[in-house]
Amino acid sequence: MDLSNMLISSQSPSALGFSTFQAKFIQCFVDDNRYQYLLKGLGSTLLITLFAVLLGVLLGFLVAIVRSTYDKTGRLTILNAICNIYLTVIRGTPVMVQLLIMYYVIFATASMDKIVVAVLSFGINSGAYVAEIVRSGIMSIDQGQFEAGRSLGFSYPSTMVYIIMPQAFKNVLPALANEFIVLLKETSICGYIGLMDLTRGGDIIRSVTYEAFLPLIAVALIYLFMVMILSALVKKLERRLRNSER
Amino acid sequence: MKDKNTTVFKSSDHMQEGDVLFQIQGLCKSFGKLSVLKNISTEIRKGEVVVIIGPSGSGKSTFLRSLNLLEEPTKGVILFEGRDITDRREDVNLYRQKIGMVFQHFNLFPHMTILKNMTLAPVKLLKMPEEEAKKMAMDYLKRVGLEEKADAYPNQLSGGQKQRIAIVRALCMQPDVLLFDEPTSALDPEMVGEVLEVMKDLAKSGMTMLVVTHEMGFAKEVGSRVLFMDDGRIVEENTPQEIFSNPQCDRLKDFLSKVLI
Ligand SMILES: Nc1ncnc2c1ncn2[C@@H]1O[C@H](COP(=O)(O)OP(=O)(O)O)[C@@H](O)[C@H]1O
Ligand SMILES: [Mg+2]
Repeated sequence: MDLSNMLISSQSPSALGFSTFQAKFIQCFVDDNRYQYLLKGLGSTLLITLFAVLLGVLLGFLVAIVRSTYDKTGRLTILNAICNIYLTVIRGTPVMVQLLIMYYVIFATASMDKIVVAVLSFGINSGAYVAEIVRSGIMSIDQGQFEAGRSLGFSYPSTMVYIIMPQAFKNVLPALANEFIVLLKETSICGYIGLMDLTRGGDIIRSVTYEAFLPLIAVALIYLFMVMILSALVKKLERRLRNSER
Repeated sequence: MKDKNTTVFKSSDHMQEGDVLFQIQGLCKSFGKLSVLKNISTEIRKGEVVVIIGPSGSGKSTFLRSLNLLEEPTKGVILFEGRDITDRREDVNLYRQKIGMVFQHFNLFPHMTILKNMTLAPVKLLKMPEEEAKKMAMDYLKRVGLEEKADAYPNQLSGGQKQRIAIVRALCMQPDVLLFDEPTSALDPEMVGEVLEVMKDLAKSGMTMLVVTHEMGFAKEVGSRVLFMDDGRIVEENTPQEIFSNPQCDRLKDFLSKVLI
């Protein structure tokens, strides 16, 4: 672009800019109902994230309870060893490799729905991180809370359930929420197993329209919007939890 | 306290005054190589208020915590109401229900209201109906003058108030004995009195109590027996009058000269 060209376009930038923008917008999202790629992709992304979060939290809490029980009482040696292997392997390898192995190795012969494969991969991956977050939460609770529970006659599990976990959960809520936000964004690699998530949907639009800017920016904005909503919800929840104590 | 002369707590009465509650024989406790309790033998009778004194690090807390197995004895026998609680086949949780404990740092549950702090254990463990538990808790709260705090959270209370709540929380389990580990040591001086008042009322009501404390006034006023511990042993054991006015061993004399300024 030379200088004169720039001067010309700057004389009527809005009119010229808007009409090309409109055309590209229609080409990317309206023609052939291409917005459907984004919509369906978003659906998959949300579905995978939601169930992976549930699986991750379930796994994470179980592992955290095993590990902190071992730390506190020295019991559950074998389970603790298994949990340690799980944590080492999952945290020591990239989630993308885990996803590929899950799809091309573990479920290579089984005709498993790709969504299920993704949920399992991301859930198992997230569980390892949730476990360490929750364990640090449990260990941060004053030992006196534990002793107070036990001295009233509560068993170890009941003390965990009624006294330790609610406090630990409150303490780690911000870290947990952050893990979920990370997970939401991490699912964007689902395209590698041919699963059409939000990212892949945008990328398909890019490849059929040869227009990269609009579809990819749209994808980015949708992620950003979801993350901001999640963050706002967590802030609200945190504030409510804090109020209940003071 | 509204009225200092009447006792405000009823004593539980399924055991006879004077029955042996704890029989402790040859109790030893080590942490690794460190021997903390060295062959402790004594007995605690129903209705007694036993005050445990001694220098810091002499094993008072460890002794007290051994009695509800917060510390597991290395050796020795602890009979509680005739049964050996160190026997692994016995259900520790059932014993602990009958042995209340009050800690130096209160250990109230910060995520629960005062009422919930008090009713949780009776409802979950004794299967007491929620309403009944609440009524009982409110009764106790009235007796320690804190009924308006029922719906407050622990963080909204002063130290003295927290410790009074911790005491009635333990009482809500209807224990046969209460263990106190330096209940006033973490309090500002002006709050010590209100907690001691509650404890004295309890003592006068016939509650069996074991109290580790540096409050010699408490020992003199309501103690039935004083144990002086030093270096993991009970070195001297006598009535408060004898202990304070006629101490026998040098270490006790030395200790008293320091605390009684
Ligand atoms: N959990 C523990 N691990 C190792 N040593 C301990 C533990 N608890 C207490 N001790 C040691 O045991 C000794 C007695 O402690 P404690 O019973 O708390 O004394 P006191 O209450 O009379 O001050 C101290 O030397 C203390 O350091
Ligand atoms: Mg102590």
